[in-house]
Amino acid sequence: MTYTGRFRVWRGDAEGGALHDYEVEVNEGEVVLDVLHRLQATQTPDLAVRWNCKAGKCGSCSAEIDGRPRLLCMTRMSAFAPDDVVTVTPMRTFPVLRDLVTDVSFNYAKAREVPSFSPPADLAPGEYRMQQVDVERSQEFRKCIECFLCQDVCHVVRDHEENKEAFSGPRFLIRIAELEMHPLDVADRVDAAQDEHGLGRCNITKCCTEVCPEGIKITDNALIPMKERVAGRRYDPLVWLGRTISRRR
Amino acid sequence: MTETERHDYDVLVIGAGGAGLRAAIAARERGMRTAVVCKSLFGKAHTVMAEGGCAAAMGNVNSNDSWQVHYRDTMRGGKFLNSWRMAELHAQEAPDRVWELETYGALFDRTDDGRIHQRNFGGHTYPRLAHVGDRTGLELIRSLQQRIVALQQEDHAATGDYESHLRVFAECTVTELLTDDDAIAGAFGYRRESGRFIEIAAPAVVLATGGIGKSFQVTSNSWEYTGDGHALALRAGANLVDMEFVQFHPTGMVWPPSVKGILVTEGVRGDGGVLKNSEGERFMFRYVPEVFTGQYAQSEEEADRWYEDQESNRRTPDLLPRDEVARAINTEVKEGRGSPHGGVYLDIASRMESEEIKRRLPSMYHQFKELADVDITAEAMEVGPTCHYVMGGIEVDPDTGRSSVPGLFAAGECASGMHGSNRLGGNSLSDLLVFGRRAGLGAADHVEALDRRPAVDEQAVGMAAARALEPFDAPPGTTAENPYTLHTDLQQTMNDLVGIIRTDAEMISALERLDELRDRVRDVVVEGHRQYNPGWHLALDLRNMLLVGEAVATSALLRTESRGGHTRDDYPDLDPAWRRRVLVTHLRDDADGGTRGPVVPRLVVEPAERAAMRDDLLALFELAELEKYYTADELATHPERSGERGTA
Repeated sequence: MTYTGRFRVWRGDAEGGALHDYEVEVNEGEVVLDVLHRLQATQTPDLAVRWNCKAGKCGSCSAEIDGRPRLLCMTRMSAFAPDDVVTVTPMRTFPVLRDLVTDVSFNYAKAREVPSFSPPADLAPGEYRMQQVDVERSQEFRKCIECFLCQDVCHVVRDHEENKEAFSGPRFLIRIAELEMHPLDVADRVDAAQDEHGLGRCNITKCCTEVCPEGIKITDNALIPMKERVAGRRYDPLVWLGRTISRRR
Repeated sequence: MTETERHDYDVLVIGAGGAGLRAAIAARERGMRTAVVCKSLFGKAHTVMAEGGCAAAMGNVNSNDSWQVHYRDTMRGGKFLNSWRMAELHAQEAPDRVWELETYGALFDRTDDGRIHQRNFGGHTYPRLAHVGDRTGLELIRSLQQRIVALQQEDHAATGDYESHLRVFAECTVTELLTDDDAIAGAFGYRRESGRFIEIAAPAVVLATGGIGKSFQVTSNSWEYTGDGHALALRAGANLVDMEFVQFHPTGMVWPPSVKGILVTEGVRGDGGVLKNSEGERFMFRYVPEVFTGQYAQSEEEADRWYEDQESNRRTPDLLPRDEVARAINTEVKEGRGSPHGGVYLDIASRMESEEIKRRLPSMYHQFKELADVDITAEAMEVGPTCHYVMGGIEVDPDTGRSSVPGLFAAGECASGMHGSNRLGGNSLSDLLVFGRRAGLGAADHVEALDRRPAVDEQAVGMAAARALEPFDAPPGTTAENPYTLHTDLQQTMNDLVGIIRTDAEMISALERLDELRDRVRDVVVEGHRQYNPGWHLALDLRNMLLVGEAVATSALLRTESRGGHTRDDYPDLDPAWRRRVLVTHLRDDADGGTRGPVVPRLVVEPAERAAMRDDLLALFELAELEKYYTADELATHPERSGERGTA
């Protein structure tokens, strides 16, 4: 089935911009990105859209569709009625570069602040032995395609620029969880998660989990277990007592 | 107008997929100040699309595996056209490169005894592919990306600057290589986000730009795959070889349009999925070619037993090398036994429990459910050939990745030799690691041996800028061409006339059409300004796609035989006399490759002699097998001929 779809697309740059209305052909089996490509080819050759694989694997085409953080390549047109107006805007949490493209360098800066994998010193390459059941916890987080939709939706930074310095966001909190749960990582990451990456600011509203296109259970499997580790270390009365005594000695 | 950002490095890597990142790591670990330029964001390169795994003869699942067996499989897959030295280095070094990834933090799926699990794949004798479900490429790119970050953290601790020795320039496209007296002096390009120009001086450049799939209409490749490295190398004076060999992956989705061309991993067949035609027949049993006779199951019963017991059964012909399967599907569709949308059926739904499919192929399941609303656990997929990989590329020295241009190196898909006429699945991720590292080391050696650093010619930089800006100025008295329309026309031409099955007449007509496109591309006009303007980006990429398209069509016209990723309807057989010949593409002497010449310079393709395999490697094969590929005089030194027993 082919019909003329109605789209409202935000166009502009760091100085400002506005929603523009377009009418464009939509065919059966297409996704929003297909339609934006048709717009480029027929009406708006300079419409800026970041994309790459168009297969839901690279996490480049993040934007907001009707206000919800989505991958453009994974939003099927069949989810809309032919007379719906589909509104496409850039991710709100990051500064706009142009049209639907935002400056996501915040995320790459945060990535550098997470200390890297620390393997045991006595294991040579090829000597690593791990059980499948043990690697699966971290493997779930390594499914992350770095689309940064979880960062975009998270209310800690979405409308609070001032929190960005102290908060790494769900993407990098699961990176910390991934390393913490890696069977062979020898570093201790619990205190840093709380003190340097702002784990305590998360109040587990699960928005990140909801928008994750990979279905990673960010809140249940990473954030809450990490909070438990922090709580276990800092607020368990027996642990506190033990630490206090050993510190005195 | 042409304010240009300037940088200076020891080694510049162009491309940030697996090969580029591994090259950058190698160069930085050798103490080189290294820059990586990537067309997309850091960590988004096409490598993430790789699904099946990374081939390495670790022998974790079947201890009979060894580098020699991997070597033999690779040469067979490539129909003995491979650079034997590259295939040898690859088979020997791949295990170390995989284990090294674990030290970067990679988490592969495990065997029961805790080692890296390995899966079966087309053309590989033993289970050989290290994998993470079916998202191995993502694991590879992420591990390399995180290793780069780790190195930057070391530099930060030492110097206070993350980027003091290793810097990534994201969303930056190189349009020109800069040379000084024929040696590499650096590169020129633009930044997408601002449209501003950038010049990076470096005495060594590693090209790792991947493939050329975006020249074809149906492709599994992402938008980045516009043959940039191939074109840059040609224009800098290097050779391309084997450009007629383009791999069409047999199982791309043909329906619905949102996923057209997107790959269904070979792992689906490795794990039990089978190909069927519209009559429900498992047709692959009819397509086992003579050279593989006796190596594949001859009945459905034997094929099904093989999944459980690989010692006493032969594998299913669904797992023949990719070129064979693609041709078989093409024939079935042509003869009227195709699916409604012009493919065949790939059925795993009726052969495995739904939960088991989801566990083994999670990203396949997820991808098709989300992108296309197709449930692969409930229905068969409609699949057909999709342009996937180019075996041809920049001619390089196997050990160092060095091209014929001093200071210019290449690795990964844009380099050639490793895969011969047809690449085995799983051999590209290992190729990226093995030869990415070697090219990085080669570049470091080159820089250390220099007594003088080549200088960037500022006049050439000015001309490169002018060339890049041409599409903004409508040429007087001509019709303005739309880059998107031209791209569609180019893709249609390549798909219809230089696609999976080729004929003399069609390729001559393709070259005529490419000639017309060459004229039209001169008149491309783009709207808007330079900041993140996709129309402009495409206009510049088109030049590369056109040059590369011409290299493919010209080479394909000359090779009058069928082999691997080159199938001629008018020359359907493999011709041993062609095995030793290699087709070399270079710029025509009168075609100025620099900034003064035409937008797309002219090229020529000429045959040359291929290097003969070393005797001890030749002895790994039985004479009877080699006789299918070689002429008699080439085999005079084989042990079975000279009276001794072969070691195979």
